[in-house]
Amino acid sequence: MRKTKSKMPVSLEPVAGNGLLDRRLFLQKGLTFTAFTAAAATAPAVIAEVADSSAKPTEIDPVRPPWMRQPGQPFSPYGVPSPHEDKVMRLPSMNSVLQGNGASWSPLHQLEGSITPNGLHYERHHNGVPQIDPKHHKLLIHGLVEKELFFSIDDLMRYPRHSQTCFVECGGNSNSSWNKNATRSPVGSIHGLVSCSNWAGIPLSTLFSEVGVKKNAKWLIAEGADAFAMNMSIPLEKAMDDAMLALYQNGERLRPENGYPMRLLVPGWEGVLNVKWVRRIELSDQPVMARNETSKYTELLPSGKSRIFTLEMDAKSVITSPVSSTFVPAPGLFQISGIAWSGRGKVKKVEVSADNGETWAEAALDGPIIPKAFTRFRMPWRWEGKPAYLKSRVTDETGYVQPERDELVAKRGRHGYFHYNAIMTLAVEDDGFVTHVYKAEEDDKDSGNLGIDADW
Amino acid sequence: MTKILAILALMLIGSVYATDHQKGVIQEGPNLGQPATPEEVAALSINVFPDGRGLPEGSGSVTQGAKIYQSNCIACHGVGGLGGSAEPLAGAEMSLTSEWPEKTIGTLWPHATTLFDFTRRSMPMTAPGSLSNDETYALTAYLLYLNNIVAEDLVLNKETIMQVKMPNADGFINIYEQEKQKGK
Repeated sequence: MRKTKSKMPVSLEPVAGNGLLDRRLFLQKGLTFTAFTAAAATAPAVIAEVADSSAKPTEIDPVRPPWMRQPGQPFSPYGVPSPHEDKVMRLPSMNSVLQGNGASWSPLHQLEGSITPNGLHYERHHNGVPQIDPKHHKLLIHGLVEKELFFSIDDLMRYPRHSQTCFVECGGNSNSSWNKNATRSPVGSIHGLVSCSNWAGIPLSTLFSEVGVKKNAKWLIAEGADAFAMNMSIPLEKAMDDAMLALYQNGERLRPENGYPMRLLVPGWEGVLNVKWVRRIELSDQPVMARNETSKYTELLPSGKSRIFTLEMDAKSVITSPVSSTFVPAPGLFQISGIAWSGRGKVKKVEVSADNGETWAEAALDGPIIPKAFTRFRMPWRWEGKPAYLKSRVTDETGYVQPERDELVAKRGRHGYFHYNAIMTLAVEDDGFVTHVYKAEEDDKDSGNLGIDADW
Repeated sequence: MTKILAILALMLIGSVYATDHQKGVIQEGPNLGQPATPEEVAALSINVFPDGRGLPEGSGSVTQGAKIYQSNCIACHGVGGLGGSAEPLAGAEMSLTSEWPEKTIGTLWPHATTLFDFTRRSMPMTAPGSLSNDETYALTAYLLYLNNIVAEDLVLNKETIMQVKMPNADGFINIYEQEKQKGK
């Protein structure tokens, strides 16, 4: 245990280039840090519009506003966000013909802390969200087992449970970053196919001990009860280690778009393995080599070979504040913030750079630090009105360090589509405008992008 | 003092238990699973494995497949497996090592059995589960033909599908196995 005995003020001298300050300053009295606003700051033209519309203000008595002059609303059976927060929503993109085939990004830049609200958890569906009647849904476990058994939902609700906070990330998250040019979109629409929840359910090992897994079983093949009847193979070893049949998300039963009435939860491994609406698990000596583990969710390398069974999600961090295409309002003291996670375990440290990676300083981490879950980081920064390049870099407990984009592309090429986890860079111009870029230099404007987001 | 030590020891055990209770410790459930009959299992078992396990009886020809494609697939996948709102199935001109690699059944897919498994379980997207085993064999045969993998007179069944040699069968590096070897 380390005691905080020193009353010596922490210096406001930068600890790294371009105004990064000591993270202990957050604990010091007498200093005011400003958070960046994501909503208000848009392109200058839009700001002017906002100013115009606010030219005719509604008369609100500041001493006794209307909501203090009449009784409030009665109780509600199920709470919803304030109508003033109706711009906080998922960001969907889907096939032009089949609207249920696509993905919906979680608006990371509009969220705080380390838990994703259920209504804003990212979505990836291959053929829509099935509307399942739990009375007509059961789980079959069969194949290399002593007893082939059905489990009804009512019965499963009587099994001992366990809860675990962990992220789920789509293997295709961040894939627009393989493009030659950086998209200017906010971080949620680039890296938002990841979310973090507290999940509760039955350890798979409990169910497997009941059916009696045979010695030659090495894989399980899970199948969902959606229109796609999606099947995926998962090594039995992982299933026995920490996988669960999840029934609850953030305290309530799963939402339909997250697998109601039950889904697999495979902590730290790619999202598609966390099979939603699961209805059948076959124990096998080999993987099924499903479409989604051969021609999809594999990464083509420059050699022409593809990486297959890339199951673990590598460590990644992204800055969620400030946000691309917004303004840093004026020079001053700010709090840079973001999230970091690793499929291999705990986040060990997050470093931030304001000078394009020349120098780095360690960020403060919000505890507790949970393995395979979001860790929120924060960094004090004094912006002096000069150009800056912001980056974050995570190191996990295994010593794995998040790579620079050049390094990742050199190893993998640009046609892997999945498992992009490189460092993200935000350029801050001298007028405070923030833009997502790959490098300090201008991007190559002539080369086309891969059109990656539309490839369903 | 002994009491305090005992409490501390309990707290320590408690905290270890809380984080690691799943590792190696299997919690018994109330054993409520209901036996499934072999018939019930067979009706639900639609996984088709690369070694041929799970392949049903039945057959279909390239010619039959072309007709089924016209009525069930062409709206999204286009003429000859190319050009619709869905991704290309055939007709790749650029190899996997080119600047613009084209990932199709012919250039990327390692197993013909996957094509049968996927088509039968997921396609067509607007009426999944509507294709018979014969129709699935026929469509699989036609898609393999479109990719120049089989001859036009092929009749596909559980035996002939096992003789199909996919061009990219050896095009994969198993990262999970690789990491496991490293860990050992």
